[in-house]
Amino acid sequence: MKKSIWKRFTEWVDGVAEEFEPEQLPQTQDKEKKHKTHSLDEQQRLRVFTIGYDIVAFIVGITVVAVLIFTIFQLPLFGCADNPAVNEVVQRYVENGLEETGAVNMVAGMILDYRAFDTFGESSVLFLAVTCVMMLLLRDKKNISKEEDIQQMHERIIEKESRDLILKNVTALIIPWIMLFGVYIVLNGHISPGGGFSGGAVMGAGLILYSAAYGVDATSRFFTRNTFRAITSTALLCYAASKAYSFFTGANGLPTGIPLGTPGAIFSSGLILVLDICVGMVVACTMYGFYILFAKGEF
Amino acid sequence: MQPIYYNIPFVCIFLCMVGGITMPLQKSGKSALRTTVAICLSVFVLCGVLCGILYVRDESFVYKMGHFPAPWGNELYVGPLEALLSSLFALVMAMSIVGGKRTLYEDILPPKQPFYFTMLCMILASLLALSFTNDIFTGYVFIEISTLAACAIVMARDTEKTIAATIRYLVISLLGSGLFMIGIAMLYCITGHLLMPQLQERILQLNETQQYFIPLTVVCGLITIGMGIKSAMFPFYAWLPQAHGGATTTSSAVLSGLVLKGYIIFLIRIFYRVFTMDVVRSLHITNVFFAFGVAGMIIGSVMAMREEHIKRMLAYSSIAQIGYVFMGIGLGTEAGIIAAVFQIMSHAVTKPLLFLSAGRLSEIRHHEKSLYRLRGVAHRDITAGVCFTLGGLSMIGIPLLSGFTAKFFFAGATLASGSLKMWIALLALCVSSVLNALYYIPAILAIWSRPDKEYAEDLQKNPGFLVAGTVLAVGAVLLGTVSTPIIRVIQAGLSML
Repeated sequence: MKKSIWKRFTEWVDGVAEEFEPEQLPQTQDKEKKHKTHSLDEQQRLRVFTIGYDIVAFIVGITVVAVLIFTIFQLPLFGCADNPAVNEVVQRYVENGLEETGAVNMVAGMILDYRAFDTFGESSVLFLAVTCVMMLLLRDKKNISKEEDIQQMHERIIEKESRDLILKNVTALIIPWIMLFGVYIVLNGHISPGGGFSGGAVMGAGLILYSAAYGVDATSRFFTRNTFRAITSTALLCYAASKAYSFFTGANGLPTGIPLGTPGAIFSSGLILVLDICVGMVVACTMYGFYILFAKGEF
Repeated sequence: MQPIYYNIPFVCIFLCMVGGITMPLQKSGKSALRTTVAICLSVFVLCGVLCGILYVRDESFVYKMGHFPAPWGNELYVGPLEALLSSLFALVMAMSIVGGKRTLYEDILPPKQPFYFTMLCMILASLLALSFTNDIFTGYVFIEISTLAACAIVMARDTEKTIAATIRYLVISLLGSGLFMIGIAMLYCITGHLLMPQLQERILQLNETQQYFIPLTVVCGLITIGMGIKSAMFPFYAWLPQAHGGATTTSSAVLSGLVLKGYIIFLIRIFYRVFTMDVVRSLHITNVFFAFGVAGMIIGSVMAMREEHIKRMLAYSSIAQIGYVFMGIGLGTEAGIIAAVFQIMSHAVTKPLLFLSAGRLSEIRHHEKSLYRLRGVAHRDITAGVCFTLGGLSMIGIPLLSGFTAKFFFAGATLASGSLKMWIALLALCVSSVLNALYYIPAILAIWSRPDKEYAEDLQKNPGFLVAGTVLAVGAVLLGTVSTPIIRVIQAGLSML
């Protein structure tokens, strides 16, 4: 039955149309039924829309790619001596970096001293990412059903009983070396290539391997959620505190009183070593946290 | 030795970040909430004081983040405008938290509440950093932080709909950051700098010699589109209604009122401090803004008219209001930008007010969201009803409210610009105001009219909303009535940029 224009207008003012639309999503079975009952006309329109969407997406994608590639050819050639990027900025990093930051590894000096604020932001991004994943995947009554709970208990039992001799023995053999190498990369961040990000990734991989071979229960003997929380927050607070001190003194023209030490020695380059350790901790915890949350949803 | 108040921006940013980092260590959601509100209010006071000092002394300053000066280390640049906006953002954030407190405790499970406040602290930190930074790459880092945190506060409610909305938001938002990142990389290639003053120097040289003309245009376009996607500029708004409409009340208020604005402020700062408005005008970026802004103003309102879900309606209305901002920037004149900044402030106060009162009203009807089922609900909580009405009237542009003043300045700015743009903009302003009225008036009528049947109601008092609603409503009225000093601060700030 067709409604009069006035009726439709009053209904629109009242917002009546909504009443027939249920607030909650229908159950899955209903949804399937609904899909089936789509009229042919609607299916036709949907198909046209999908095809049209694909075509438009293709054209837009190709155009953007073409524009970007064309622009790349207009940019200065990579590695030329007279590039705009070769200027006093790079010159000072390369020539005075060692003297001013005390770090033999120029990159460490750059990211942890010259531009330490950016790196603080980046470490916070990692922290935020793992916090987001915790918010989403940490098991609670909203995102886990009973069947999944039972399934996970079964998995745990299987995990405990399995004896992958080869995996376990090889893991036991190489884990100490992996962790040691990770620590080495972190501690030598200011002397040789590496640093907090890469060393932390190695340590995180070691933790993941351990828990994959021996099961989560084995890892949770020494690495629980509380340990995780304590380590990440302490590391970041440590970073924030030391950098706040350094920014405050730097901006106000005060001396820091932190010795730079002999370049090349392990205790040198002022705060960079501390910052590297902090970043390493955060990265290792983040990697392991991602793994365990995606695999189990808790730890 | 520099004056002590120079340290305020740095202290504020670190306060928020340290707050965010310690939040997961808090025992309960309640204590986390208190700490977050305390942080927001202290940022509000500190930045307010800073704004006052800078305006009176008519100065702006550069703050070295570390021991190394401009082209080598990170820097902050702060003027009265930045301080004013940060102060306002912090206040609105605090009020959004206080006002949406009860729904928040219901929507998010207790063990996860501290994480939620981590996200809010980080969003405030990124808003501050985006308005203070003098370094385009620091800007990018904080854009990333704000993206992640914004997605997380949408997701926090953890229903099917919000998860779907989050995925969409995340994908589109990352596309925006990606384009911006490519833009920065190319910009570094052709200039060799990341700090804004040095970039500006190089770009003016390049513009004079016409060297690297194509990359410069592409960079300007990429940065514009990247930021446009993230702040829901007209053709890129598809992610917004579901994300803002489905999230918990506080999240909707923060996302609509603040997160979108951070990117626009950063974009305006890039235009002023990196590209300079002359170059932007000569590359015709302003015209693009103008066209998209006008289209957004109309289409956002039309979409909002079709909506009966009260929060989605408000979300669509955000698209229209953001359209005003882009239209103002698109005029390319100083008056246009002043109007745009004023609109940012006005919307930052009014939209959270609307979201909070809509949240409160639907809370009374057990979280019913359709306008039809909210009929007559304003009689149950007069404050919420009045707040919603005030917010709606302000959006339409009724005198004495902030929306009117913003529209008034837009009209003034339009009259001073070129002939074609003038007619289009004036027409768009009229049409869009009428369209605004066409969906806000029915909504206001609906909540005050008599319901046709009895609904189950939850009449518990909500003192948090009472405080937040009052503060924001007073803010909207103040912005509408005593706008002259604010305009002067904006003017002073823009002239120093």
